[in-house]
Amino acid sequence: MTDTQYDRAPGDASALPDVEQGTSSGVLVYTIGLALAVILTAMSFWVANTSLLWAGGISLGLTVLAIAQMGIHLVFFLHVTTGPDNTNNVMALAFGVLIVTLVVVGSLLIMADLNDNMMPPAELMNLQMQH
Amino acid sequence: MNVAVAVDDDVRYEARPSASEAGPAAKRVVVGYGFWIFLLSDIVMFAAIFAAYAVLTHATAGGPGGVQLFNQRSVAIETGCLLASSYTCGLMSLAIGSRRYAGTYLAALITFVLGTSFLALELREFAGMIAIGAGPQRSAFLSAFFTLVGCHGLHVTAGLVWLAVMMAQVAIKGFRATVERRLLCFSLFWHALDIVWVWLFTVVYLMGVLS
Repeated sequence: MTDTQYDRAPGDASALPDVEQGTSSGVLVYTIGLALAVILTAMSFWVANTSLLWAGGISLGLTVLAIAQMGIHLVFFLHVTTGPDNTNNVMALAFGVLIVTLVVVGSLLIMADLNDNMMPPAELMNLQMQH
Repeated sequence: MNVAVAVDDDVRYEARPSASEAGPAAKRVVVGYGFWIFLLSDIVMFAAIFAAYAVLTHATAGGPGGVQLFNQRSVAIETGCLLASSYTCGLMSLAIGSRRYAGTYLAALITFVLGTSFLALELREFAGMIAIGAGPQRSAFLSAFFTLVGCHGLHVTAGLVWLAVMMAQVAIKGFRATVERRLLCFSLFWHALDIVWVWLFTVVYLMGVLS
């Protein structure tokens, strides 16, 4: 029966129990993931504190680093890949990312727009946000 | 995951029937997928709290802001704890896969200790902020901050309780199929919490101290 199962549970390294993955290769995968995550985290902290970079671009840089680290976690720790046995997991993830993006970007855009429209007198600027 | 294994996988896929012809998926896959859906819904909830926080960042009502409150060294240590615990949680999954009791207990213990250290640091930070009058009732910014970081902290607490329960189950019931499925869900949960923390330290602590 196990021979015909096709999909892979998220977090499973392999859908095929009969394929000997070997613990050492598993440890290697997690260790590579940890090393990459540590490098990206260290870079984030460095980027946030350095004065070498243009200040205006730092938020964008931090966002990119966070997205990269999220990818590292997904691939090396959660074993979400592009393989055919992972389609369902990836589709669910893609839908989740869509909703998250809509909620976050939508809220920020709407509230920024609201602030712009509330602006004119300087002493009243951003009033609704200061209560 | 070397190349030889990948090639071997491809050959096996060719030889096997497609998913729809293979009949119902194994229970492990169904349970894992269901929990994956739950985790994504949990992350959508976090997204809403993140959005609230991002909107209210500057609404300090004359109170202290992120620059005055956040201590980057403590955040870096918390991040290290959580990242290392994610790694040991992965090692625990490997030990479970090869049915090694000692390895499972050891990895679970390290994961638990690291998770507890994370929580202790976070609680110390909260206590320090409340002590200087920067509690959640001070401003909209602080309300959003405590909601967001506290919600993640609650998830970590729940994860620690879950891990302790799972170790008791492994000790009493051994590696039976139900216990293994629960352990799979736990490791998914723990790794997902780490992903939330990546966004949390980026958005709250690092972007919060930018001038």
